[in-house]
Amino acid sequence: MSALAKATITGVGMSDIGRNTNRPAILHLAEAADRALERAGLTRADIDGIATYPGKAENSPGMSPLGTGEVRGALGLQTRWHSAVPDGPAQMAPIMVAAMAVMTGQARHVLCFRALTESSSQTAGRRASIAGAGKAQIGGWMSWLASVGALSASNWAGWMAQRCFHEFGMTREHLGMIAVAERQFACLNPMAVMQKPLTMEDYMAARMISTPLCLFDCDVPIDGAAVVIVSAADAARDCRLPPIRIEAMGSALRSQETWDQRADLTTMGSHDSAADMWARTDIKPHEIDVLGLYDGFSIFVPMWLEALGLCGHGEAKDFIAEGNIAPGGHYPVNTGGGQLSGGRLHGFGLLHEVCLQLWGQAGARQLADPKVGVCGMGGGFIAGSMLLQRD
Amino acid sequence: MLPLPELTAENTAFWTGGERGELMIAFCEDCAHAVHPPQLLCPRCHSQRVSPRAVAGTGTVYTFTVNHQPWIPGMDVPFILAVVDVDGAPGVRVTTRLTGADPQAVRIGQRVRIGFEQSGDVWIPVWHANEGDAA
Ligand SMILES: [Zn+2]
Repeated sequence: MSALAKATITGVGMSDIGRNTNRPAILHLAEAADRALERAGLTRADIDGIATYPGKAENSPGMSPLGTGEVRGALGLQTRWHSAVPDGPAQMAPIMVAAMAVMTGQARHVLCFRALTESSSQTAGRRASIAGAGKAQIGGWMSWLASVGALSASNWAGWMAQRCFHEFGMTREHLGMIAVAERQFACLNPMAVMQKPLTMEDYMAARMISTPLCLFDCDVPIDGAAVVIVSAADAARDCRLPPIRIEAMGSALRSQETWDQRADLTTMGSHDSAADMWARTDIKPHEIDVLGLYDGFSIFVPMWLEALGLCGHGEAKDFIAEGNIAPGGHYPVNTGGGQLSGGRLHGFGLLHEVCLQLWGQAGARQLADPKVGVCGMGGGFIAGSMLLQRD
Repeated sequence: MLPLPELTAENTAFWTGGERGELMIAFCEDCAHAVHPPQLLCPRCHSQRVSPRAVAGTGTVYTFTVNHQPWIPGMDVPFILAVVDVDGAPGVRVTTRLTGADPQAVRIGQRVRIGFEQSGDVWIPVWHANEGDAA
């Protein structure tokens, strides 16, 4: 059997994200969609598929205000295929199912989107990112955390970081280097929400959230939307930019749906999904030119670096200290400022940035002719890995 | 007020064992595998003969975090959340608050003992630092 032609990314777009924009989510979404279509050289009439993560979340203010139906309606899309994926390879799920949809002929151009209005929601007193917030009872995996007082993902990431500190001699300074590097990139990106330089002294003086994680180890809730257009290989030839090929994807999970039972909590789902991705390509880790790594919390970055095989287990702290991931480094990570300084678009912002880099459209922070990018989304037990290549 | 766990066939023994002061962990009767979070099926041997039994209620801190942010109104901070390897249940961790230890002095490897706090119709486990092992 001949292999199916690999899916491509032909356009990406992000709205003018911000804090407390008081702008309806659908207007952010429309702006991101128009920018992605413009980049791709497509019109709304070309879009015949739509996908999102997780779908409209009625009970979690601002976390996911839009579903596929609302977006189809607002943009006037006529689709042959649609999907919302709350239970998949992390925030990357819609990109992955869209890739499979175009490879199997279900659609030719799929509009994948993520919209958030967490900033406005929090300001209005409705905190989105708390497990079981406001509920009297909770079921599922969150019940093992929320019922004992571990309400925030910063607690769950905090105890993973603490174990990394214990085993590897990682310190707050190592995490601080990530926060400082991402802020340096953000200062080169006018779209990033945090534009004020951050020093290591600022980082070390920040208030604790959940040890060893401080305020600057946590990403920034925002209002905004991002769109990624996934196209069939033959359909991509008509687009404006050279298609970015989705060379390989990895979705493997080898541990339970928990944040505390994985045998080695210095690893996470990222390790399973990254290994799965590398098993599907001839490209090697040292060929990576640019990385988008999930940084809902800074500690996920070293874990993703190790998961992707850029350094050995326990060695990411040294890899980071050597300057590899910062501006000017060999393996620049989250060159748009990431979620720590760019704002939390739930992974879509990271993928958006990797694509801009591969197209040479990253402005003042543009790297020298990157051809291979990798994106790792998710923390804890969920993860999705994607290898991207510009021909 | 923290959300309480919804009781199910799988988890009722765990969340109500505290009424008798017992930390209840599910074990497979056929292969002795400890199953946590509890399930009706053994993931190792596929047996349906999985049932809860009390373990000693002691353990060793695998990792922890000290939470400083009051996420909901009335939350007293700071407090320690400890992820504990449970004695007598290989591979099982029970994560909950750790009391009786100084947040500045808590450490990985520390020995702890279980206690319970009733809340509605469940008994929430709480780890306590062992006497003389708090430093
Ligand atoms: Zn068994």
